[in-house]
Amino acid sequence: MILVFMEHREGKVKKSSLETLSEGKRRADELGLEVCAVLIGHEVDNLASETLPYGAAKVFVLENSLLSRYSSSGYAQALFTLAEEVKPKILLFSATAMGKDLAPRCAAKMGVSMASECTGTAVQNGSLTFIRPIYAGKAFITVGLSGIPQVATLRPNVFPLVEAQQNGGEIVKKEVAIGENQIKAQLEEIVRQEGSELDVTEAEIIISGGRGMKGAENFDLLRDLSKLLPHSAVGASRSAVDSGWIDHQHQVGQTGKTVSPNLYLAIGISGAIQHLAGMSSSKKIVAVNKDHEAPIFKVADFGVVGDLFQILPPFKEELKKVLSE
Amino acid sequence: MNIFVFVKRVPDTESKIKIAHNEARIIEEGLNFVLNPYDEYAVEEALQIREAKGGTVTVVSVGSDAATTILKKCLAMGADEAVLIKDDNPESYDGLRTARIIVQFLKNKAGDYDLLLFGKQSVGADNAQIPAMVAELMDLPQGNVVTSLEIEGSKGSVLREIEGASEKISFPLPAVVSAQKGLNEPRYETLKGIMAAKKKEIPVISLEELGLDKEAIKPQISVLKMESPPERQAGRKIEGEPQDLAKQLVQFLHEEAKVI
Repeated sequence: MILVFMEHREGKVKKSSLETLSEGKRRADELGLEVCAVLIGHEVDNLASETLPYGAAKVFVLENSLLSRYSSSGYAQALFTLAEEVKPKILLFSATAMGKDLAPRCAAKMGVSMASECTGTAVQNGSLTFIRPIYAGKAFITVGLSGIPQVATLRPNVFPLVEAQQNGGEIVKKEVAIGENQIKAQLEEIVRQEGSELDVTEAEIIISGGRGMKGAENFDLLRDLSKLLPHSAVGASRSAVDSGWIDHQHQVGQTGKTVSPNLYLAIGISGAIQHLAGMSSSKKIVAVNKDHEAPIFKVADFGVVGDLFQILPPFKEELKKVLSE
Repeated sequence: MNIFVFVKRVPDTESKIKIAHNEARIIEEGLNFVLNPYDEYAVEEALQIREAKGGTVTVVSVGSDAATTILKKCLAMGADEAVLIKDDNPESYDGLRTARIIVQFLKNKAGDYDLLLFGKQSVGADNAQIPAMVAELMDLPQGNVVTSLEIEGSKGSVLREIEGASEKISFPLPAVVSAQKGLNEPRYETLKGIMAAKKKEIPVISLEELGLDKEAIKPQISVLKMESPPERQAGRKIEGEPQDLAKQLVQFLHEEAKVI
């Protein structure tokens, strides 16, 4: 069995978990295994039906009131208990903030090594191998994992969804025993940032600003564009963040986030090597920069040489026209 | 407060990574190695806590003799003690292996501690696994990717970065905390610090001394292949009147790239 952990926030299953389940389904078919999903929480069975159409033969729902809020140690214990029973060969997570927190705790509990933030998987000689970036994408390794289960996190926005269909999977509810002492840390609250923009790792379009933005106030130009474009987020280069123009959450690159959106718009970003590492797996890259020799143009599918402050206003108007069509 | 900070030597972020393909490893010759940037935040945080509450800060690295330079840097920043756990094996990309070495150190050599600090990940292996693995193996609470840490008596609370928000988490000490950029502004070494660090002896502990035999530290990960990322081709580049450029750009996005 390939078992996939399904993350949910605010009563919805995360799209990146469905992507992970989809990849699990494809590999399970190749390996002659079944793929199952697991949801953890309190009163979450309604989410199981959202999960079934993505190929899960079973959706396990692990219930316990102590798990109504995320807890790395509590969730790891619940997954460990289930894994003891159903003995998955492969255990997959999406590499979200939660997945990256939980998967290594789980792997250590099971005594197995794991592969982080994979961007590909492949079947070789009857077993699964994992492809993952290192040095923020300056190199890629293909690794085999000798432990059972093989544990990996898969990067969001990389793996396509399988076509959803009714396939008669089964929902299996289980009450898991968790002691209060197994909740090592308490999640007190979730503090939202003002404006609550989409995170760059989850965005399909990223509009990113660099040193050329010249100041914090000019990032409003990018926020305005982001408001026009659905599923978009505002990103930034390290120099913009280090200048204090925008919060580090937005930073793309080797000491920020590595992203693979459908479109990366680099505005006033020269393209330092540590920035390129973080965004060059974007599906399309567009750069606007007044320096026609800026390194960013070497990776851009479409380059616009010019002053961003003169180009962005008419760009916004043209964009509005096309979007309203 | 007795604090341990675990640090790693990594190539700086400006490095171009070249690969020795037959051996599936990166070519280290010519690279500039530094203290992992996220570990710098962890060291700074430890120093600030010690300055507020007293105690000792011990930095620990698992690696070859070359890691001595980053331990010296931490001492020059103000850490009290440094320890090198000598591991001459090449990078295995196996987080559990390193976590087990650290756990063995904690159990056999560390004595008491209140806080175990890490960078949220090394820039390089990019695993982001070891803090959570150590927390699990030591049965401790974890707060990963934190931008704020507060200690009140025997309790800690952190703000941990998640997508578009932060989680506020509280826990009893001892605990594992991993640092994200934004936690603090790491200090520079002082001249006095650098001089003192030069003289300071750094104890070296071997894996055998920790009771780890070859079998115990054998990686469970095999690197089958290492490659450079696919080269991107530079596409079209346009110049001209802003109005016209804007129009062409939208046209590209809409008709060619079909992303809008």
